[in-house]
Amino acid sequence: MSTVTAIRKPAVDYLDNLLTGQPQLPASRWAQVNALRAKAVEHLDRLALPTLRDEEWRFTDLSALTRLSLQPVRSATHLAVPDIAHFYLDDAPTRLVFVDGIYAPQLSSEPVEDGVVVANLLAADAAHCAALQAQFGLHQAIGDNVFAALNTAFVHDAAVILVPRNVAIAAPVQVLFIATQAGVVSYPRCLLVAEVGSSVTLIEDYVALEGGAYLVNPVTEIALADQAHVHHIRVQRDSQQAFHIANCAVSVGRSSNYQSVSIAMGAQISRYNLEVRLAEGAECTVDGLALIADSQTADTHSFIDHAKPHGVSRQLHKCIAGGSAHAVFNGKVMVRQGAQRTDSAQSSRNLLLSAKAYVDTKPQLEIFADDVKCVHGATIGQLDNEEVFYLQSRGLSDAAARSLLTYAFGAEIIDRIPVASLKHQLEQRVFEQTGSQP
Amino acid sequence: MINPNSPVLLEVRGLCASVNGIRILKDLDFTVKRGEVHAIMGPNGSGKSTFAKVLAGHTAYEVTAGTVLFEGRDLFALAPEERARAGVFLAFQYPIEIPGVANSQFLRLSYNTLQAQRGKEELDPLEFDDFVREKMKLLDMNPDFLDRSVNEGFSGGEKKRNEILQMALLEPRLAILDETDSGLDIDALRVVSQGVNQLTHKDNAIVLVTHYQRLLNYIVPDFVHVMESGRIIKTGAKELAVELETRGYDWVSAEHQAASETRAAGVTA
Repeated sequence: MSTVTAIRKPAVDYLDNLLTGQPQLPASRWAQVNALRAKAVEHLDRLALPTLRDEEWRFTDLSALTRLSLQPVRSATHLAVPDIAHFYLDDAPTRLVFVDGIYAPQLSSEPVEDGVVVANLLAADAAHCAALQAQFGLHQAIGDNVFAALNTAFVHDAAVILVPRNVAIAAPVQVLFIATQAGVVSYPRCLLVAEVGSSVTLIEDYVALEGGAYLVNPVTEIALADQAHVHHIRVQRDSQQAFHIANCAVSVGRSSNYQSVSIAMGAQISRYNLEVRLAEGAECTVDGLALIADSQTADTHSFIDHAKPHGVSRQLHKCIAGGSAHAVFNGKVMVRQGAQRTDSAQSSRNLLLSAKAYVDTKPQLEIFADDVKCVHGATIGQLDNEEVFYLQSRGLSDAAARSLLTYAFGAEIIDRIPVASLKHQLEQRVFEQTGSQP
Repeated sequence: MINPNSPVLLEVRGLCASVNGIRILKDLDFTVKRGEVHAIMGPNGSGKSTFAKVLAGHTAYEVTAGTVLFEGRDLFALAPEERARAGVFLAFQYPIEIPGVANSQFLRLSYNTLQAQRGKEELDPLEFDDFVREKMKLLDMNPDFLDRSVNEGFSGGEKKRNEILQMALLEPRLAILDETDSGLDIDALRVVSQGVNQLTHKDNAIVLVTHYQRLLNYIVPDFVHVMESGRIIKTGAKELAVELETRGYDWVSAEHQAASETRAAGVTA
């Protein structure tokens, strides 16, 4: 009898390890969630952790992640309001707080407005569950997306937000995901449903109380019905050792408007996949800023899908890379057959602050309609010497001039955040970071 | 105004400079005393703007020979920002746009940096706002320009006004205005010129770099210099500018050529 030794790729074992404990998850009261989990586990059976040989991951090397032994979060860290109050935003009184993925009601504050749901899935009012359940898992495809599948396999609780028909929530809603433990993996999940004619601003904020290596693997789904308006601010300020691998899927209904600003500052390796599907006459503005230094990697993959006519998309993605940091941008704009009168503009602008920093940028346009207006472009550069000289000639030192110009480069994106308190926090952070650049 | 007893502010001797290995300034001599207004004229490519940028310390220009003393100090020993702090100001021919930096923020930062260097009081945003608005009146500038990004989307004339506004704030001892008149319509030219005139006094000096005589109708120079091939080949009074306007530069060039040949002949004889 011959012995057959199965040689499995380490990356596959790694997934198996991550899946340890998955079968012990308590069944969800949402049948939909149980079905999604089962499907995700099935998918994961066929999937392996991506490597540089995968087209979608050719610039971002996850081998450092595979060297990390991660456990699911076993116990909740108890936090009191003073521990995290500095993450609260004055102008966002409604907030949901998750600590290592576990909902913390004592840190959260839910709304009193009639019909509006801002809650965690486990506690969401049954009366609204139908509307939310119908959308849960509907927008984020799993396919061969390992990280979306992993998140889905572990779906237990989630931030759920429902804005009823024609309701405009004036104050932004903050969903705060706080990391407090090293060596763990958490699977934040967020669903925002904006019904017909509604409007809301969502702040999705990832922060850390401790340095250290952990993995955050979120999935966010945002569904805009017709004539809805959603502002989506995403801030990733995880610890400098963390891994942050996120997926976000947005469906924009007819004549609706989705505007997003995503800021990536933390994590040793971060990846953000954003998919936006536009219905007829829908508009989106998708802006991003990666501000990284040392040996950080920040990778943004976006996919804007003009599926129907008269859609408008605008995208400005900026990266500021110092030290030996590595920024990646892959922005695909798809204009499908029949999506006539699409109007799309995409721009990737990158600033390298040191000789060792580098960027891979790949704007992509795929057009299958013949009556469209699409432009895209990318620039990579250092600070303009003429600009530096101009500031020096007004008395600023070389270092002060460079830090002001770097700040300004990032501020163009941060200025687009419609929440003053958050904008101020981030501006300070950019100032500190750019001021300390060599 | 010319005052023979006025101290020398700027003394340039035998200045040679090149950019990308191409010699632009060749043995340039130039002296400015306090209280004087100088105009440097000359055809395109004669080195006027290069001279202005070399004085301000632009790193793209390599100084290969010569000395420049500013109030007795070696100007080339100073970094561009140190020259600004010492009192040298260059109004740019093409002011730089800086998206993302509010003009008010930039002006205040610049003003306070120089104030601190001079041991004077810095202004907080509110104090500065009052101060800068007063100065803007001098140039008939709309205060809206404070809230916009530095020079971004400004018309040519608005950029030039913004340059002179900076001059008004920074109170330099030597202001070099590099083609400040280009891109200005006649009304803007008058306003900007009047602004400059109000800023001149017996202790500072102005060097106007220009192609055209029309600016000199408003800012009347004490000296007019003609620059050609990287050196000053003729110096005269304000009437020279009018003559250049009607006769062009060729006759100056020919006169200079003849004089050099005579000199050369004298040497060989």
